[in-house]
Amino acid sequence: MIGENRIEKKFEQLEERNKAGLVTFLTAGDPDPNTAQEILNGLPAAGADIIELGMPFSDPMADGPAIQLANLRSLANGMTLQKTLDQVATFRTLDNETPIVLMGYYNPIHYYGTQRFIDAAIEAGVDGLIIVDLPPEEDEELCHPSMTAGLNWIRLATPTANDERLAKILKNSSGFVYYVSITGITGTHSAQHSDTNEAVARIRKQTDLPIAVGFGIKTVDHVASTAAVADAAVVGSALINTIEEGLTAQLPKSEIVKNLHTFVAELAKGTARDR
Amino acid sequence: MNTSDQSSAPESYRSGPDEGGHFGIFGGRFVAETLMPLILEVEEAYNRYKDDPEFRSELNYFSNDYVGRPSPLYLAQRLTDELGGAKIYFKRDELNHTGAHKINNTLGQILLARRMGKKRIIAETGAGQHGVATATVCALFNLPCVVYMGAKDIERQAPNVFRMKLLGAEIVPVTSGTATLKDAMNDALRDWVTNVDDTFYIIGTAAGPHPYPKMVRDFQSIIGIEARAQLLEKENRLPDTIVACIGGGSNAIGLFHPFLDDPGVNIIGVEAAGHGVESGQHAASLNGGKPGVLHGNRTFLLQDGDGQIIDAHSISAGLDYPGIGPEHSWLHDIGRVEYVSVTDDEALEGFQLCCRTEGIIPALEPAHALAHVTKIAPGMHKEQIIIMNLCGRGDKDVFTVAKALGVEI
Repeated sequence: MIGENRIEKKFEQLEERNKAGLVTFLTAGDPDPNTAQEILNGLPAAGADIIELGMPFSDPMADGPAIQLANLRSLANGMTLQKTLDQVATFRTLDNETPIVLMGYYNPIHYYGTQRFIDAAIEAGVDGLIIVDLPPEEDEELCHPSMTAGLNWIRLATPTANDERLAKILKNSSGFVYYVSITGITGTHSAQHSDTNEAVARIRKQTDLPIAVGFGIKTVDHVASTAAVADAAVVGSALINTIEEGLTAQLPKSEIVKNLHTFVAELAKGTARDR
Repeated sequence: MNTSDQSSAPESYRSGPDEGGHFGIFGGRFVAETLMPLILEVEEAYNRYKDDPEFRSELNYFSNDYVGRPSPLYLAQRLTDELGGAKIYFKRDELNHTGAHKINNTLGQILLARRMGKKRIIAETGAGQHGVATATVCALFNLPCVVYMGAKDIERQAPNVFRMKLLGAEIVPVTSGTATLKDAMNDALRDWVTNVDDTFYIIGTAAGPHPYPKMVRDFQSIIGIEARAQLLEKENRLPDTIVACIGGGSNAIGLFHPFLDDPGVNIIGVEAAGHGVESGQHAASLNGGKPGVLHGNRTFLLQDGDGQIIDAHSISAGLDYPGIGPEHSWLHDIGRVEYVSVTDDEALEGFQLCCRTEGIIPALEPAHALAHVTKIAPGMHKEQIIIMNLCGRGDKDVFTVAKALGVEI
């Protein structure tokens, strides 16, 4: 199954079931590669509809404290871009339906080699990419070759984009659009519900792609209010906080995995539109 | 100078960057989407005002009467005699108000920020020189100033931290990542992405997303423009060699840029080799790094085999950055500028030599440039001329130097 189909099919299924999607973001290799693989493998059963995996980077400029620490933990435990791809490949032996989107910063890919990375990502079973520091102005770098190769290019739409800018963002977008509901970094404050409504409506005028909303979504109630207007809700820092809390409390790794999946299941309850 | 590869040599070395902010393959705009509209707004404003007569005249007024420009071009006679070769001139930007070249840029950027109606200024700083220069112009124009500074740097640069506080700036200690300059820049970008409406980010070096590398270069080019005219006046000729130290590279590009199209002028940038490039503990991005993307631009970076950024090391906190301005990466790539490196120990010797022979305590940054001058001047003829950018004074470094020399003060 090629990438485009997994994401498209997922959103079709969600629509049939009258529910929004739950997109979970975790940093690959956090807190350590083995535990992370266990967490990853169990996400679909816990209720994740789409999986975003952060590719660890030493300098995650758009991320808040929770994800910054996750990046450092992961790198300190030997995670690399290659290992992230390997974890996706392992996951794919168990699940060939749940879309996986890699999210991160350009430099590790730049170093790995862009075409080599695209080939390896497709081979591993990756469906799409979100590269934070590649705006439309730099589309020749990775966006065009990725889309040519069949990987979805998912872009962040932001409150700072006017209609003209939005058109530019949507031009080379596929899979879905990720609306960043606040100005700021991940895991900090939450958006006003009314602002999000308005923004999603504004984006819908310009695209037929599904819209996921993220940044600042921390609870099942946030998920539910997002599900009412958008096609999917993205939860990241709140999940990563669960890992950090587990580490601070020195819980066994199996307990951390279990707590995380329990939290995902709780969040997934917010995705039903008819509840 | 290596222009043997004429096929790739451009008609002018001074015409970059292109519209997308590229110098060859370097530069660009690698930032989060939230920042794009802001970057474009800065670019548009800069293009509108850079040649505006009122803007120029305001910049000139403050450059002259507040900063103290033009800075002298000084013949370092005793140093020249001591080395016994080329005539050595110092471009004395250490005599600027605040003691370094940094204020040339902060002044230009704050005048732009005011025209854009921005109400709050943020900056990153490593050694604290750019932080002080930013806090200074913020006090001058009564704008609130927030300076991001690595917690480690706050510890080693206490006098500058206090200076910034006296000038009314708020210092935010950065504990993320490795708590140094690169992390301060990350946190400044995080602030900017959060406070998009009212904030102007004054970047301190000729790096970052377009238009910063160009804008900072233009504001710093006053150094080379003056030096060129001053030498023509004094010697009726151009220099044979010009030398400047490089961290991010703003003082160097400021000196170099007006000379790039003078084929007879050898241009040398001096990176900080720390404990030696082969030791792995250095800040020599060109001599010990690889091209990559960080802080909004493609440039040479210190990074590991997974593309993770590695910490830089130098005795000089102002050179302690794992990247370099993209125009330098391009000039290195095409061979117009020669980039060499100088170790901590060599810089310390240059530092002491300058004190002893010229009665000038240089900053540790230009002490690197001076250390290289001591290597090349003796092999040059007496009628040849070197201009070295003495871009900062060393008051801030006396504690570091004392410690390195094993002296307790």
